[in-house]
Amino acid sequence: MRDLLLILIPLLAAGAAFAWPDERTRPRLLPVAGALHAGLTLWLLASPPQLAAGAWFGFDPVARAVLPMVSLLFLICALYGVAYLRIRTERRNRVFVTALLAALGLLSLALQAQNLGLLWVAAEAVTLVTVPLLHFNRTARAFEASWKYLLVGGTGIALSLLGTFCLGYASLLGHGRGDLTCLALVAQARNASLSHPWLVTAWVLLLAGYGTKMGLAPMHTWKPDAYGEAPGMVGALLAGGTTTMAFTAILRVKQVVDAAGPDEVVMTQRTLLAFGLFSMLVAALFLLGATDFKRMLAYSSVEHMGILAVGAALGGAGLAAALFHVWTNGLTKGALFLSAGNLRRAAGAQRAEAVAGMAWRAPASAGIFIAGILAVTACPPFGPFFSELKIVLAAFQNHHDFAAAAFLGCLLFAFFGLTRLLFAIVDGRPRAAARATGQRLREIPGVIIPPLLFLAGSLWLGLATPAWLRDAWSAAATFLTPTP
Amino acid sequence: MSGALNLLIGLAMGFSLVALASSRLPSVIRAAALQGMVLGSLPLLLEEQFQWLVVVVAGGTIVIKGFVIPSLLRRALRAANIDREVEPLLGFVPSLLLGAAAIIGAAALGSALPLLPEHSKTLLVPGAFATVVSGFILLIARAKAISQVCGYLILENGIYIFGLLLINSTPLLVEAGILLDLTVAVFVIGIIVDRIQREFDTLDTRKLTSLRE
Repeated sequence: MRDLLLILIPLLAAGAAFAWPDERTRPRLLPVAGALHAGLTLWLLASPPQLAAGAWFGFDPVARAVLPMVSLLFLICALYGVAYLRIRTERRNRVFVTALLAALGLLSLALQAQNLGLLWVAAEAVTLVTVPLLHFNRTARAFEASWKYLLVGGTGIALSLLGTFCLGYASLLGHGRGDLTCLALVAQARNASLSHPWLVTAWVLLLAGYGTKMGLAPMHTWKPDAYGEAPGMVGALLAGGTTTMAFTAILRVKQVVDAAGPDEVVMTQRTLLAFGLFSMLVAALFLLGATDFKRMLAYSSVEHMGILAVGAALGGAGLAAALFHVWTNGLTKGALFLSAGNLRRAAGAQRAEAVAGMAWRAPASAGIFIAGILAVTACPPFGPFFSELKIVLAAFQNHHDFAAAAFLGCLLFAFFGLTRLLFAIVDGRPRAAARATGQRLREIPGVIIPPLLFLAGSLWLGLATPAWLRDAWSAAATFLTPTP
Repeated sequence: MSGALNLLIGLAMGFSLVALASSRLPSVIRAAALQGMVLGSLPLLLEEQFQWLVVVVAGGTIVIKGFVIPSLLRRALRAANIDREVEPLLGFVPSLLLGAAAIIGAAALGSALPLLPEHSKTLLVPGAFATVVSGFILLIARAKAISQVCGYLILENGIYIFGLLLINSTPLLVEAGILLDLTVAVFVIGIIVDRIQREFDTLDTRKLTSLRE
C-alpha cells in the first residue's frame, strides 16, 4: 500500500497542480509533494514491506538502494524550484510544475517496477513528461534540444521495448507463460529454460535501449543538448533521476541474463565494461575541448554513467560501490546543476568566451560550483572520491588491472578538462553583459541554500556513510547477483 | 491462416520499401499509414476464436496508425508548406538497396533463431526485424523532420509485428499501455514539429545545428 502511495501522491499532486488557478502559489506544491514523498520513503526504509510473490511493483532491495536518493534529490530541487519560478515569472509554470510532479511519480513507479513490461511503460512515460521540462525556456535552442532528446531517446526506448518482447519470447520458448516479472524470469533462467539466442538478442537490444536513456557513449548524443538548454533544476533531475532509472533497468535485466549461467555472466560483464570504459574515454576527450559550462556538466554525466557501468560489470563489491556512486553522483550533480543555473542567469551566457569573473559577479554560486567540480572529479573528502575508490579496489580484486588503469587515466583527463573550463569562467574580469543582468538577478537565499544542501549531502556520504545505507547497497548487490 | 498472414506481412514490408524509395513526403506518410492499417488487422487473423477485446485492439490500432497520426502529419506538412524531400542525407536508391539488404538479413536472422512450432511457418520474426531496420534507415537517412517521424512510425510498426508473437501471453494491460504510449509519443513529436516549423520556417533538421562542439 505504501509503495503504491509513493507513486500516487506525486501523480495526484500533478493533477492538483494542473487544476491550480494561481500562478504565484502553484510552485509551493513542489516542496509539499516532495516532503510527503521523502517522509514516506523514510518510513519504507525504516520498516521495509514484504514483497508479495508475483507483484508487478514493490519496494524491493533495489528500490531501497536507489529510490531514497531520487526522493531527496527531488525534495531539494523542489525547494530551489519555488525560488526559481519566482524569478522566472515571465513564463507560465502550469505545465512545468505538473510535468515535474508527474516525473517524480513515474520515476517512483519505474524504480519499483518488478515487471519488465511495466518498467518499460514507466520509462516511456518519464521520457514523455520530461519533454515540456526541456523546452521551458522556449528558445530556438531549447526546441532543438527537445527534438533531439525525443528522437534519440524515443528510438532508444523503442529498442528496449523490442528487447523486452524478445525476453518474453525466450520465456515462451522455454515453455513459460511469457511472464515478464523479474523473479519469474530469474527462476526460469536458473532452470536453463530461457532460449539462449533470444536471451542474447534481448540483452543487446535492452542494453542499447536503456543505455541510450542512461547516456552511455556512443548513444549519449542527446545529453549535451538537453542538459545545456534545460533549466538547472531539470538538468539535476535528469542527471540524477532518469539516468538512475535507466541504470536500475539495466541492472534488473542483467539479473535475469546472469541467472542463465556463467557464460551469460561473462557476456554481460564484458559488454558493460566495454561500454563503461568507452563512455569514460569519450567523455574525457570531449571535456578537454568543451567550451560551454552547462554542456561540460553533460559530458561529466556521461563519464559518471561510464563509471556506473564499470562498477556494475565488476559485480559483487563493485556493484555495491556503483550503487554508492549513484548516490554520490546524484547529490554532487545536484549542487553543480543548480549553481550552474545561477551562474548562467548571472552571466547571461554559457560559453567560456562570453563568461568570466563569476567569482565577483555571483560569489556564492561560483564558490559552490568550484566545490562541486572538485567533488565530482573525486577530490576527498567528498562522496564521489570514496565511491570511485571502492570501484577501483573492486577492479583490482577481480584482476581487471588494465580496466582499473584505463579508469584512472580517464578520471585524470576529465579532471584536466573540468578544471580548465572552471577557472576560465570563475577568474578574470566580468563581461559587460553580466554587469547589466547581475543587478537584476541577485543571489537570493532560495537559490543558494539548495545547492549548499546538496554539497553537504555529498560530504555527509563521504565522511560518514550511514550503516543503513551501506547495508541497503550490499543487500541490493546480493539480491542482483545470481546464486548457483 | 498463415498464408493470409504472410501475405499481409509481405505487404507491410513492401510499404517500408515504398517509404524508403519515395521522395514526396505525402507518399511517405501514405506508405506508413497503409502499413499501420495492414498491421492493425493482423490480430484478427491470429485469433482462432472471435473475441471482442481483440476486435477493439485491432480497430483502435487501425484508427490510430492509419488515420489519426497520418492526419496530424499532413497538418504539419500543410503548415510547413513543403512536400518534397530534396537532398536527403542518403540517396533514395542507396536507401532502397539498404532496405532490401535489411530484408535479406532479417530472413537469415529469422531462420537462425529458434521459433515456436506455430510461428515457424510465418514471416512474423523476419517481417518485424526488416521493418524495424527500414524504419531506422529512414530515420537516419532523411533530413526533413516529417520523414524522420515517418521513420520512427515504421520502426514502431516493426515492434508491433514482434509484439504479435506474444499476443496470447502478455496481458492486455501491457498492450494497451504500449499503444497509448506510442500514440502520445508521436503526438508530442507532432507538436514539436509544429514548433520547429514556427521557429525555423522549414522542417529541415540540418538547420538544427547551433548545438555542437
